[in-house]
Order: sequence, then C-alpha cells, then structure tokens
Amino acid sequence: MKLQQLSLFLENRPGRLGAPLETIAKAGINILTLSLADTAQFGILRLIVREWDKAKQVLEDAGWVVNLTEVVAVDVLDRPGGLAEALAVLEGAGLNIEYMYAFSVRRGDKAILIFRFEDPDRAIAVLLEKGLHVVDGDELLSVVSA
Amino acid sequence: MLTELWNDAEGGFHPASAPDFLPETALKQVQLRRLRAVVSLAYENVALFRARMEERGLTPDSIHRLEDIQQLPFTVKADLRDTYPFGLFATPMSDVVRLHASSGTTGKPIVVAYTREDVGVWSEVMARTLACCGLHRGDILQNAFGYGLFTGGLGAHYGAEALGATVVPISGGNSDRQIMLIRDFGVSALCCTPSYFTYLIERAAELGVDMRSLPLRAGIFGAEPWTDGMRDHIEAAAGIKAYDIYGLSEIIGPGVASECSAQQGLHIFEDHFYPEIIDPETGDALPDGEEGELVLTTLSKKAMPMIRYRTRDITSLISEPCECGRTIRRMRRIGRRSDDMFIIRGVNVFPSQVEAALLAVEGTLPHYQIILTRDQGLDQMTVEVEVTPEVFSDKIRALEDVRARLAKAIEHILGIRVGLRLVEPRSIARSEGKAKRVIDRRNEGA
Repeated sequence: MKLQQLSLFLENRPGRLGAPLETIAKAGINILTLSLADTAQFGILRLIVREWDKAKQVLEDAGWVVNLTEVVAVDVLDRPGGLAEALAVLEGAGLNIEYMYAFSVRRGDKAILIFRFEDPDRAIAVLLEKGLHVVDGDELLSVVSA
Repeated sequence: MLTELWNDAEGGFHPASAPDFLPETALKQVQLRRLRAVVSLAYENVALFRARMEERGLTPDSIHRLEDIQQLPFTVKADLRDTYPFGLFATPMSDVVRLHASSGTTGKPIVVAYTREDVGVWSEVMARTLACCGLHRGDILQNAFGYGLFTGGLGAHYGAEALGATVVPISGGNSDRQIMLIRDFGVSALCCTPSYFTYLIERAAELGVDMRSLPLRAGIFGAEPWTDGMRDHIEAAAGIKAYDIYGLSEIIGPGVASECSAQQGLHIFEDHFYPEIIDPETGDALPDGEEGELVLTTLSKKAMPMIRYRTRDITSLISEPCECGRTIRRMRRIGRRSDDMFIIRGVNVFPSQVEAALLAVEGTLPHYQIILTRDQGLDQMTVEVEVTPEVFSDKIRALEDVRARLAKAIEHILGIRVGLRLVEPRSIARSEGKAKRVIDRRNEGA
C-alpha cells in the first residue's frame, strides 16, 4: 500500500529545478506528481514516478543525493470539508504528519493526497480501519494512465 | 624627511627609537651578543631545544658568527601545541609576570609568557612602532585592539604609555562609542584591525560624522593582511595616514615590525628579533631581496625564547637604506602565507579546524569550501558544505537541524560567528592537486 517517494536536495537558486527533471525525462521516466519544499537557502524536491528504482539510479549516476521515503496516498472527497474530515481521522488517531501534498490528477469526485507519516504502516492500518481509501501503486498508475 | 622623528614635544626623536638608527656593524655586534645569550638560555632550560641541538652535535659555543644561526633547528607552531601549556618556558613561573594565549590549530591555545624584563622589551618595541607611525607625547591614541588574552590590546597599551602618549583603552567593539570618543576626545591616532576601521568609517558616516573633519591623523593597523587598495580607501575616506604593523604572539605580539612615514616596507626591530628568509620547501636561507618564508629568532626574550621560529608568512627583506633614516632592515608587506592559515577578524583560522568540526557532526568529512568576503568592511566567513547521503533527509526540519549543528560546531572551535550553507553534491569545484579550501574574496573590488 505504501508508495516510494524520491527526494532530492536542491539549492534555492534560479534554474536548479530543471536539471534533475531533465535527467529523469531523458531516461524516459514519467513523473506522476511532485512537490517542492523550500527555505530561503535550499529546497527539497519530492517525486513520485512510475519506475522509482530506475529514476533513483539515473539521478544518482548524475550526481544527485537521492533519498527514498515511503509515503501513503489517500483519496478524499473533492468537496469543501473533504480534506478536513480525513485530517480529523488522522488527528484523532494521534498520527503525526511530517508533510503532505496533493496529487496532480483527480479521480472522479475524489482528490488524491500524499502523506508522509512518521509511521506509515500504523497510518495505513488506522486509515483502513476508519474506512478511508488508501491508493496503492498499481491503482495510482491506472488512474494516471486512464 | 625625518619629520616624525623630530616632532616630539621636546623637539627630538624619542630615546626608545635610538636602536632604529644603529650603524650596521654596531647592530650586528648587539645581535651576535644577544643571540649567543638566548641560545644558551634556551639550551640550558628548554628540553625540546636542547635535545634538538644535541641531535645535531651543537652546543651554545657552536655560535661564533651570526651566520651560524643557520645550523640551529627550526621551531614550528606544532612545538607550542605539543608542549602545551608551559613546555617551552625558559624561566620558572615565579619570574613570569604575564601569560597570553592565541588560537592554535586544534582548538588548543598557543600560550606565551613574559618576564618583567620581557614586558619592558615589548613596551620598547611597541613604543618604537608607534614612533615609526609618527606618534609622540601629546598624541591621544584610541586603542581598539582587544584587551585580554590577545596580545594586541595590552601590547599597544604599554607601548603608547612608554612613548608618553595618552591611551584611550577602549578595546574592540562598541562602534558607536568608538566614534563618539574619537570625536569628543580629539583622538589623533587609532589602532585596530584594518577591516574593523573600514567598518568604523562606514558607521561614522551613518551617524553623520565625517572622519576627515576630525583631528584623527594616523591609523595603526595590524593583526590581519590587507592590501594597498584597502589602504588607499582608508586614507581617502578617513583623511588619515594608514600604517601597517606586524607581530605575532609567538615572538612577542605586536611590535615585531612597523611601517614608517615612507610606507615602503616594515622596519623589523632586528636588535630584538633576528629575521631570516628561507625557502619554505628546503629550509635553506635566502639572501636579502629574495622572497621566502620569514623566520624569526627572539634575541632578548627570557620567559619564552623562540629560536628560528617559522612564521609561515611569505615576504622578502629589504636592506637598502630607507628614506626615513632608519638603518634597521625592512620586510615587504605580508601578502600571503606558506600554509593555509587565514586570519578573520583577528582570529587565526586553519581549515583543519573547520574539518574537525564537520567530521565531528557528520562522521565522515563532506566536501566543503570556505568563502571569505568583506561586507561593509567586516570580514565574513561562510562554510559551504555539500549535502551527503548520510545527512540528507526529505524533511526540511532535519536539514535545518544539520545546518545548525554544523554551524554551531565550527563556531565552538573557532570562537567566531560563521555562515553555513548546504550546497548540492559535486557543486564545489574539484581540484587536481591540493584542494582549494579557501576562497578569499575580501579584496575583490576593495
């Protein structure tokens, strides 16, 4: 149920984002979604790609320091209050969210969110128990391909 | 010509300056007599020095001529560290009236000692330094060198009093008050690091004080290297004459050499500090005029004599007569060093100290580079550290934490504030040979 997310260190200056994306594009790897977190000095590019192991390899070969993290994709109702309800569940279970970002495609009346939990396994168990839908890798791919 | 020698209130140069004008033969007699005495003192009392002499089959009686100094072993900074704290003292502690200390290569300070007589020599050479810079009785000297373990503050203080000038012992920092006192006291001379004075000029302008309209006429600058471009800027912006002085704690502190009104090299007070220039690779002595590493021998210090101390500073000796009339030799201004030490805000820094801090935090040594810049006259040091897989995290907070721990570790070892920037892997240029760890941009556009 967990997804593999790649993270890259970037300096926060113009043009730095292009280089790793180009490296991935050249390897023919499609990016499913990405998020960029930044401070005044540096940024972290987080990527979810189809072939994460290949992407990690080409990025490392090109000299990037790549971190592999397990994240969880959850779909919530794409209407006002949809996210708040999901968050209330997580909060109620005492699950600590390190960060989150939205997936770029919608799935019918649902939006897909990517969560980075301290303990992804426990988070998945809680989410399933509360009746929320956790999107796994194959499902995600089918959504994107559809 | 000679104006600074004849502008004392009584109309003559200060008696302390007399040795500056010794005829060469008389100077050499003094030097040889003192050299033989200091070699005996060190041989009899300093185990390290005696052992090195014995290895070479030498005794104090081996010194017949000044040139015989070339047979003697060198002393290096590591010797001070290895014998920390008191191993190179030649007199019992009961004869030591003062201890000073400066930063060493591994965070352990270098300790230096003075007998009462040594403090007298120090006062004399600093009085001669200030006289060289045109100071005399009646001058008001604001001493912005730091007072404390650093030799700059107290060295300049004693010298100014010996000369008969009025000292304002303000020490470093507190810039607004520095400017207020320069103005209100009618200060005529000021000593500090050149970078701090550049900052004072700018701060004064912000406060609406034009340094050029004040009585201040001489700046006595030392403790860090500076360029002729910086001198031009200081002299024009403050309406003063800016003098370069030279010294190091291991030898005595400030007071080893000083520029005179000619500003064409620094006169070495060679009746107390015997200079040699050597090839830093082979250790062979080089003739006057040739560039090499400056080696100094203290001829009159008692508590901690230094025999052939390798300063790592690169310069050359000038034996041609100086237009000021002094007969003692000069050395060219120090532009570079033979090791990778640099000086920032008066603090000696070795890249190895930065490495030790990085290693302590990360466990392995990341690729790094030290960037020195000058911002509004103040030296800034930024360490750029490449992110390694070991410290990289997908969490901003974790990276900020690494950055803060690295900065704190370096600041702890150096005792000064540094900037720390995490940079992308392989973004710092690789060198074929010795890594270029320090990029000094302080003099760009100065």
